[in-house]
Amino acid sequence: MEDLTFRHTTLKRASGLKPTAIIGVVASGNLEVLVERVMPDAECLLEIRTAAEGFGDVWEAVVADFVERYSPGGLKFSINDGGARPDTVSLRLAQAARLMQEDDR
Amino acid sequence: MSVAHVDRQLPGETRAASSWYEASARERVRLLLDAGSFQEFIGPEARETSPHLRVFDLPEQFDDGIIVGCGKLDGSPVFVAAQEGRFMGGAFGEVHGAKLTGLLRAARDVKSAPVLLLLDTGGVRLQEANAGELAIAEIMRAVIEARSAGVKVIGLIGGRSGCYGGGGLIAGCCSALVVSEQGRIAVSGPEVIETNRGVEEFDSRDRALVWRTMGGKSRWLIGGADAFADDTVGDFRKAALKLLSSTADFGLDTLKAEQSRLEERLQSFGECPDALDIWRTEGVSDPRSIPALPADQFIALGDKIRRTSRDAR
Amino acid sequence: MTTWQKARTARDARIDAGAKVAKGKIVETGDVTRLLEAVIRPGDRVCLEGDNQKQADLLSAALLAVDISKVNNLHMVQSGVVLPEHLDLFDRGVAKKLDYAYSGPQSARIATMLFGGKIELGAIHTYLELFARYFIDLTPHVALIAAVSADRDGNLYTGPNTEDTPTVVEATSFKDGIVIAQVNEIVDKLPRVDIPGDRVHFVVKSDKPFFVEPLFTRDPAAITEGQILTAMMAIKGIYAPYGVRRLNHGIGFSTAAIELLLPTFGEKLGLRGKIASQFALNPHPALIPAIESGWVEQIHSFGSEVGMDDYIRARSDVYFTGPDGSLRSNRAFCQVAGLYACDMFIGSTLQIDLKGNSSTITTSRIAGFGGAPNMGSDPRGRRHPSEPWLQAGREADPDSTPALRRGRKLVVQIGETFGEKNVPLFVEKLDAIALAEKLKLDLAPVMIYGDDITHIITEEGIANLLLCRDAREREQAIRGVAGYTDVGRGRDKQFVQSLRERGVIRRPEDLGIDPLDADRSLLAARSIKDLVRWSGGLYAPPSKFRNW
Repeated sequence: MEDLTFRHTTLKRASGLKPTAIIGVVASGNLEVLVERVMPDAECLLEIRTAAEGFGDVWEAVVADFVERYSPGGLKFSINDGGARPDTVSLRLAQAARLMQEDDR
Repeated sequence: MSVAHVDRQLPGETRAASSWYEASARERVRLLLDAGSFQEFIGPEARETSPHLRVFDLPEQFDDGIIVGCGKLDGSPVFVAAQEGRFMGGAFGEVHGAKLTGLLRAARDVKSAPVLLLLDTGGVRLQEANAGELAIAEIMRAVIEARSAGVKVIGLIGGRSGCYGGGGLIAGCCSALVVSEQGRIAVSGPEVIETNRGVEEFDSRDRALVWRTMGGKSRWLIGGADAFADDTVGDFRKAALKLLSSTADFGLDTLKAEQSRLEERLQSFGECPDALDIWRTEGVSDPRSIPALPADQFIALGDKIRRTSRDAR
Repeated sequence: MTTWQKARTARDARIDAGAKVAKGKIVETGDVTRLLEAVIRPGDRVCLEGDNQKQADLLSAALLAVDISKVNNLHMVQSGVVLPEHLDLFDRGVAKKLDYAYSGPQSARIATMLFGGKIELGAIHTYLELFARYFIDLTPHVALIAAVSADRDGNLYTGPNTEDTPTVVEATSFKDGIVIAQVNEIVDKLPRVDIPGDRVHFVVKSDKPFFVEPLFTRDPAAITEGQILTAMMAIKGIYAPYGVRRLNHGIGFSTAAIELLLPTFGEKLGLRGKIASQFALNPHPALIPAIESGWVEQIHSFGSEVGMDDYIRARSDVYFTGPDGSLRSNRAFCQVAGLYACDMFIGSTLQIDLKGNSSTITTSRIAGFGGAPNMGSDPRGRRHPSEPWLQAGREADPDSTPALRRGRKLVVQIGETFGEKNVPLFVEKLDAIALAEKLKLDLAPVMIYGDDITHIITEEGIANLLLCRDAREREQAIRGVAGYTDVGRGRDKQFVQSLRERGVIRRPEDLGIDPLDADRSLLAARSIKDLVRWSGGLYAPPSKFRNW
């Protein structure tokens, strides 16, 4: 297992009121993303535990694109990864960001 | 506070028509209960993960593969637990088991709300063998204690991992079971039987054989499950509601009735070499047609020939 | 005096020698090896029918058992090297040289044997090339073939899996060769005659039916969201704008996803009748929902598929069937159909380089070509116009005189940027080149050449290579859909952005597709059982695909 942490400043706060959301499962080629609205508005944090070691630079690129695209200010993403491919990671991150935009029920 | 999950109308699909088999544990719980009623205990944000997996350099899941909580079913309070069959095959570990034991004990103490167990498991997690085995024993005890306190415990089985190993034992302790065609209930799985008894005894790659031996249709036909559901959340919900209203109270008489039901079953089918023979003995004129029958026709056929014993279990 | 009929005389001598172990044309199972020893000469070219699907397994075992003082150093000329026995022949010294087209299940062992010098390699062909050479310089002396049934005159019924048999028999029998058929049964009256008996010299009844693998069954349960996304892009970004009606599909999960999206996503876009109506394609179970929803007018097939017989029989408006009602497949004709009469090929591959060359070869596996290069190439001999073909030609060469401008076949590679075990689809250098160096081959085994490829689809977008005007544009267009692979991260971001503005690269959002909508609920069938339901119970999948 490898631990990776990425911290970014963001242009704006992630919209929505939802305090927390979770998507995905930990399985071969899949991952879970837990999102919590616990960061300052102009920051986001991603903490990753991955079963596929040695892909730090790919994660860095995936995360940078995600942050640029969704500007998830105020959110902390905690990820358990079963060795998902980068496109699956991008999809789950996007799904997680969209869930946080929904109104809290 | 509840943790959110993907909630949107799937194209061409209503909530009730969603496939149980395809859904994740979280989706099953959300779609099964009254909308917005679910409250999770020890949710993923609590990060109560397995203390063992890290030792084996394996990834954890924040909820350790099981969701426990309470909600409403048709307006009435229920406790609910759901295993995620895709995380480590839905297998029982120490934390996973403790969450379920705790839920069952809460139900025992509260007394007024039944428990829905959405089982989807290959059995005990190999990496947590001793803790997992202990968990199974504790859960079985907790199920019986809850039932003794007047709480109905209904198992719902129709997931990817089936209901095997210790899961099969727990299913055997429940007040009643709902199963779909995709569901499988057994203690020893196909590969285990083949490894121990040889491919002549059981060819685990012959999936038609696996399903007609352990699959939902066969289990329901011979009384191993109490209701048969089509593979939709709506059907599971309907079946669960029906069982909650029709399942008898638990006592020594129930156990005695269950004992004689099982003895009778052994007597009737003990000599049958294949499920096809069992179905024929049970009165199905064309047993080969059973696997292909759509759910409604299968239920109609089953209702005609099944021996029900409402006072057993 | 010059003799002009030496081969005929030699053939008659072989038949006479074989006749000693036969009763008429019929040979007992136990006598097959003796028959082969009687009719095969050392160094003969032998076609041991190994097709993509059906295998003359009894005859392979019998050939392996020959006395190698009598039969040795054979030159095997067969399209499929599929059974272990096909390679055991070389280990034993029965055979020495090999010309073939495809070796799927034996791809790892064949690589080892080629490296070890156990096999003298002629060439790896496409199906059509090998078939063509049967008539020019690789004509078999003996063909060992498989059929469903025979009558006592040697007439053969090959059934739904006719595949390569007519081609092999034509080349062998009309050039003084010997044809020996294994059949599942000998009957008084055949359902239909696929091979006339005067082309067949000996028939042996096998104790068990010839082996057929279900190669084209893709379980919808295994289709991923990523594959659904690329399938949505293919339909909306290529099938629709070009109006592709005549096409061939590869056998991967991405194209299975396309087949399962036609009746849902495709229907919603109003595309029924406008795209995907005529196919050169095996009877893919995944196409059943599209057929049942009225999408598909006609399918011609290379071979058949296990479990599809009753469905095909009941849908004769769609498939080619004989007077008996069962499927008639023919690999040679279907390959020609795919090459000349289809406007598009779409399929997956394992590696794509910066020029767009693609290959399924890795240094430890030599799977061969099969038919993909025939489908996935622009036929220079094509002369009939069609709108997709003309449009592709316009895009590639907008400035030339329309009446003199060739059209282009659409050759589309579809896949996810990372494959199994996170292996990247895009590479700087194909493994095929390393292999060619290691084996001292004149040609690297490239499945589809970069100049034939028109589009690449990944989850990141579609690259339209027809619109690229030079090598740099082409390379950046490929990098621009290569995702997070090293090749993709090596892109010139601004250049890629300019390609996107020109429509050379199109992202999902450029096509009006939200990746978050790529959901399994879009699939017309999500399980094999769903396919059975769609077929009205006519599709009978093999047990290994069942979960009921």
